[in-house]
Amino acid sequence: MDSKDSLVCGIEGMELVYGRPQSLTEMHTHYCPGCTHGIAHRLVAEALDELGLREQTILVAPVGCSVFIYEYINADSCEAPHGRAPAMATGIKRTQPNKTVITYQGDGDLVSIGASEIFHAAARGEHITVFFVNNAIYGMTGGQMAPTSLPGQHTSSSLDGRSTERTGFPIRMSEVLAQLDGSAYIVRRSLHDVTNIRKAKKSILTALKVQQAGLGFSMVELLSTCPTNWGISPEQALTWVKDNMLPFYPVGDYKVTEAVKGL
Amino acid sequence: MTKELLKGNVAIAEAALRAGLEAYFGYPITPQTELLEHLSKRMVELGRVFLQAESEVAAINMVYGAACSGVRTMTSSSSPGFSLMQEGLSYIAGSDLPCVVVDVMRGGPGLGNIMPSQGDYFQVTRSAGHGDFRPIVLAPASVQEAIDFTVLAFDLADKYRHLVVIAADGLIGQMMEPAELPEMRPSSRSAPDYALTGAKGRPPRAITSLHMAAEEEEAFNIKIQQRLGVIRSLEQRWFEYKVDDALLLVIGYGTAGRIAYTAVESARSKGLKVGLLRPQTLYPFPEDRISELADQIEGVLVVEMNAGQMVEDVRLAVGGQAPISFYGRMGGVVPMPDEVLSNIEAAYERISARYLVE
Repeated sequence: MDSKDSLVCGIEGMELVYGRPQSLTEMHTHYCPGCTHGIAHRLVAEALDELGLREQTILVAPVGCSVFIYEYINADSCEAPHGRAPAMATGIKRTQPNKTVITYQGDGDLVSIGASEIFHAAARGEHITVFFVNNAIYGMTGGQMAPTSLPGQHTSSSLDGRSTERTGFPIRMSEVLAQLDGSAYIVRRSLHDVTNIRKAKKSILTALKVQQAGLGFSMVELLSTCPTNWGISPEQALTWVKDNMLPFYPVGDYKVTEAVKGL
Repeated sequence: MTKELLKGNVAIAEAALRAGLEAYFGYPITPQTELLEHLSKRMVELGRVFLQAESEVAAINMVYGAACSGVRTMTSSSSPGFSLMQEGLSYIAGSDLPCVVVDVMRGGPGLGNIMPSQGDYFQVTRSAGHGDFRPIVLAPASVQEAIDFTVLAFDLADKYRHLVVIAADGLIGQMMEPAELPEMRPSSRSAPDYALTGAKGRPPRAITSLHMAAEEEEAFNIKIQQRLGVIRSLEQRWFEYKVDDALLLVIGYGTAGRIAYTAVESARSKGLKVGLLRPQTLYPFPEDRISELADQIEGVLVVEMNAGQMVEDVRLAVGGQAPISFYGRMGGVVPMPDEVLSNIEAAYERISARYLVE
């Protein structure tokens, strides 16, 4: 469904070229200024609109800043225990194989407490699509170290900077999941500038098409900002992604099976 | 239908799918594994969902997802695995979703052992994980009851949109006895009005256990408590034997209740006025009947395969109207009928001694 159909421009002779996707509700989000969750939500909503999937989608929300995504995405949804979204999505997809089942998870949810659930969902080749928002910090609880926090990164639970001696090393989950035979499409994108946002949108569309075609597990990792808990301005946060996250978490295609290439 | 020789775990599994089980998720753990094994074969034969999960944590969350789809769904485990499911159970409770969970209890705490136990009584009856909630808990004492209660469990779960636990001990799961299975029910159940099926031609639905405002969360809790009030008034179930003239009432459930039955029979043959009450629902606890009998009896003996957990519910129901004694074995030890009988005789003697004094 075209998003333009749902809105009336109201000015004679003017064509509406940009509006709210039908898959986004009218609700104002609770996100901090400069947080890229809003962009990620919008991209997912646009993709659901463009593929005509809204009315057959079931979204599984995580625990974390995006816990309320079910109030923003205009589709059937539920809210999983922390990290368990892939297991819950499995229960939904297995009982309704013709529906589009998506999870939206942050890095604490997916890489830390939910590492087992995401790993096994990918290994089983569950026909679900995962949107993984990685901002290298626990946002909702106030900026603690995440499994994705960078070496030396200052957080409220690593005040002197993350020590790899004491806390080990960040996990690159896209690279990990790409090793599993059940995954069909695993890519990392970034939301720090327009070029990368456009690439992210394209990958979100592809990931959903992978599920529609029944080709296996698909995940799009989205490098994101957390200006509030990083303690910098929204503009600086975008630069921080580029300067600090991209070298450690390179954007790229980590798994694209032959079947996916043929889409 | 005729009786077949059936193992408890297999009987529960077969009864569940005949009651309309559409999706099962589980993880192997002794002494319930035959349940999972049986469903791995039968559910696939019937074109239904069977999935061996990576953990009990994942299994209960898969059940949570399937319950969101509006299908009849179940998992099964044994004590340590049931402990792992507490998180998911709490979310299911907080989402008003129906499902059935089988706990074939074993010795504990910790890894404990694989012998029959009733050590999970508190865990199954007091809550479903964190928060104010009580599941409906059914306690079978035979393979036939395990079958009947499995069918009942699904009906109660749907009737109240409530979590139902079948608390069987390892003996019920492992023993074989003749029992009759129900007919296969037609699986024509349509999706309930809360199911997430895609917002086609209707506003989106959200299933969540999150209520940020305290008043909103309290209102949800009040709704749960009102439902539990109805359940307490309508769903208390028990079996009783020779209670009419009893001076001593023996109370036990599951395997302990069955052994107590044998001991009560022996006591009666010796001329002792002893009766048995075997709770079939551990929640709601058959408190009304016990309270009523407490007027007539002179003493109570509670028998459990634990350190004394249900005895607390008995004390509440008896309300000080009669002295209560307890006999329990722990760690997976199953009491013998003669042990229970000697405890009956001792309790009976105390009653008689009181009579003589009076």
